Amino acid sequence: MAGQTLYDKLWHSHLVEQREDGSALIYIDRQLIHEVTSPQAFEGLRLAGRAPWRRDANLAVPDHNVPTERRERAGGVAAIEDPVSRLQVQTLDENCDEFELVKFDINDVRQGIVHVVGPEQGATLPGMTVVCGDSHTSTHGALGALAHGIGTSEVEHALATQTLIQQKMKNMLVRVDGKLQAGVSAKDVALAIIGKIGTAGGTGYAIEFGGQVVRDMSMEGRMTLCNMSIEAGARMGMVAVDDTTLEYVQGRPYAPQGEMWERAVSAWRNLHSDDDAQFDAVVTLQGEDIKPQVTWGTSPEMVLPVDGVLPDPAEIEDATQKAAVTRALEYMGLEAGSSISAIRPDRVFIGSCTNSRIEDLRAAAEVVRGHRVASSIKQALVVPGSGEVKKQAESEGLDKVFIEAGMEWREPGCSMCLAMNADKLGAGEHCASTSNRNFEGRQGFGGRTHLVSPAMAAAAAVAGHFVDVRNWEGAGQ
Amino acid sequence: MKAFTVHEGIAAPMDRANVDTDLIIPKQFLKSIKRSGFGPNLFDELRYLDEGQPGQDCSGRPLNQDFPLNFPRYQGASILLARENFGCGSSREHAPWALEDYGFRCIIAPSFADIFYNNCFKNGVLPIVLSEEQVEQLFAEMYAQEGYALTVDLQEQKVLTPSGEVMPFQVDAFRRQCLLQGLDDIGLTLQRADAIRAYEEKWRQQSPWLFGAIK
Repeated sequence: MAGQTLYDKLWHSHLVEQREDGSALIYIDRQLIHEVTSPQAFEGLRLAGRAPWRRDANLAVPDHNVPTERRERAGGVAAIEDPVSRLQVQTLDENCDEFELVKFDINDVRQGIVHVVGPEQGATLPGMTVVCGDSHTSTHGALGALAHGIGTSEVEHALATQTLIQQKMKNMLVRVDGKLQAGVSAKDVALAIIGKIGTAGGTGYAIEFGGQVVRDMSMEGRMTLCNMSIEAGARMGMVAVDDTTLEYVQGRPYAPQGEMWERAVSAWRNLHSDDDAQFDAVVTLQGEDIKPQVTWGTSPEMVLPVDGVLPDPAEIEDATQKAAVTRALEYMGLEAGSSISAIRPDRVFIGSCTNSRIEDLRAAAEVVRGHRVASSIKQALVVPGSGEVKKQAESEGLDKVFIEAGMEWREPGCSMCLAMNADKLGAGEHCASTSNRNFEGRQGFGGRTHLVSPAMAAAAAVAGHFVDVRNWEGAGQ
Repeated sequence: MKAFTVHEGIAAPMDRANVDTDLIIPKQFLKSIKRSGFGPNLFDELRYLDEGQPGQDCSGRPLNQDFPLNFPRYQGASILLARENFGCGSSREHAPWALEDYGFRCIIAPSFADIFYNNCFKNGVLPIVLSEEQVEQLFAEMYAQEGYALTVDLQEQKVLTPSGEVMPFQVDAFRRQCLLQGLDDIGLTLQRADAIRAYEEKWRQQSPWLFGAIK
C-alpha cells in the first residue's frame, strides 16, 4: 500500500465514521468564530434548544466590522458609528456570553483578524482540524493542520455536534523548488501559483505546499501561502510540520507546555507526507523564476509579473475567456497592451489575513524607511493583523517609519480587505493592496484592486506607480 | 429546510465565468444577523445602478436595464444557468440565502466552487453540474426562446428540456437524500452522538493537549 499524504493522515486521525454513501463524519478540534457568519448559527441553536457540544473547542473574536481608527475604536463596541456593524459585534458578544464561549473583546490586546489570532495564541495547533465561517481558514494549514472555511449552517453543525459531514478531497502537491530572489515573497509565490493553475485549479483538492522554497519560508510566509489556497479553488492548503513550525508554536499562550509539549511534539513529528505517498496531481514551480506579481483584473488569476503587459482580448480565442478579459479591462479602466508599471494606485492598503503579520510589516517598513508617500496617493493604510502584532511593531519603531512616510497606522481588523467597516475605496479608485481578492466591488463599490506583496505595495506608495521592488535601493531579505 | 424533489421553472442567465460570492451578495449586506431578506440584494452591483445599503427599500432604486434578471422575459425565473467556477471566493452562506430568497431553487453550471456547492445543499438549493457542451446548449436554447423552462427531477437525477431531451446528472447519495427529504443535518448527526463520544474519548487519550486549553 502506498504511503499517506499529510492530508490523508489528518483525515484518518479525525474520522469518526465513514459511511457507505461516501460521506464521512469528521471530528472538529477547533472552531474560530467571528461576528459576520455566526449570528444565524447561534440563532439556530437557540431555536432548536441546543447547546455547544464542547465549549473549550471554540474561540471567538470580532474582526470584519471593527473600526480601525483609534478615535472610534477607543470607545469600544458602543462607539462603533455604523449602527448595523455595531449590532453585529454586540450580537457576537451576547451570543458568546449566553453560550459561555471564550471571546476576545474588541480592545483586548489579543483581538485581531481571526486567522492571525489563532496561530498567534496557540489556539490553532499542528494536527488539528480547524474550521471557521470564513474561507481564509485555510491559513491555519501552515501549522500542519486540516483547516478550511465553512458556511453558517456548518458553523451551527460544528457547534452542536463537534463534527462535520465531509467528503474526502483529492490530494494535490504544489512543489516550489530552488530559492526565491531577494524582494520576492510568499505572496508572489501564491499569486504565481494561482496564475499557473487558475482560480478553479484546486477545486476538489486539498493542497500541500512543499519544496525547498516552502521549507525555507517562515511561518508567516507559509500562512500567506496557505491563506490563498482558496483563491486557487482549494478549500484547504497545508505545510508539513518541521522545526520552523515547532519553534513558532512553542511558548504560545494556548500551546501545550512541559511534559505535554514533549508528547505533542512526538505526535506532530509524523505530520508530513510519507516518501511514497501518492498525489492525484502535482504542480511544480521554480523559485528563481518567480518575479514580483501584480494582479491587473477582477480575478486573482488575472495576474502578471511586474514587468508584464496586459492581455489583448483580440488575441484570445476562447469566447468565455475573451469576454472575461474584456469585461475586466473595462471594469479596471485599463488598456489592453499597457504595462503594469503604468498603473497608478490612488490608495494603498497593507493588511488583511494574508499580509498583516509582523514579518509583512517589517518588509513594508524596510521599503518606505526614509521615503515619503507619493503626492498622488490619497491614502496609505497600514492595519496590523492583531493587537499583539501592533504592539510588536511599535516596539520595533515600525509605526514611526510608516507615519513619517505619510502612512496611517491603524487599529487591528479586516479593514479595507473587504470594506465592511469605514475603510473603503471610492468608485474608480485603484488600490495597491496586500489582501487576497480583487473581485469587482470587493474593496468598495466600483473600486479597483491590485493584489501585491507588502514590499510591492510599499514601493508603489512611494513611487506612485507599480515598480519592481527587486530594484529598490536597500531591498532584500 | 425545503425539500427538493421535482421542480419546473423558467431559466435565467448569469453568463460569465468565475462569478464570486462577493458579486452574488456584496459585503454590506452581510451585516444582517438574519437568514432571510437577502433576495432584493442578489447581484446588487449588477442589478442596480447605485450603491445599495443594508435595510434600504430597493423598490425605488434605479435598475440596470442591461442586466438580464431585469428583463421582463426572465421575471419569475427559478433556475439559474451559469458558467464555470460559479460561487468562488468567500464562504458566505449569504450567497445561497440570497439566491433562494430571490426565488432560485436550482443552479446549472459546468463547475462550482467547493464551499458554495456545499452551502447550497444546506438551503434547499440544488446545484447541478452538466458538461460545458450541455450548458452551452441550454444557454443557446434559452436565448432563442422566451419563457424557456426546464424540469429538474432530483429523484431521477435528470434535467428535462422543453423539447423532451433528457440530461442526467450526478449528485452524491447523502446530499441527495437530505435534499429529497428536507432533512436537518444536525438532527441526523446527533443520532450518532454515541459514536462521536466514543471517538472523542479515544482522541482525548491520544491528544490530551487538544482539550481544555481554552476556558
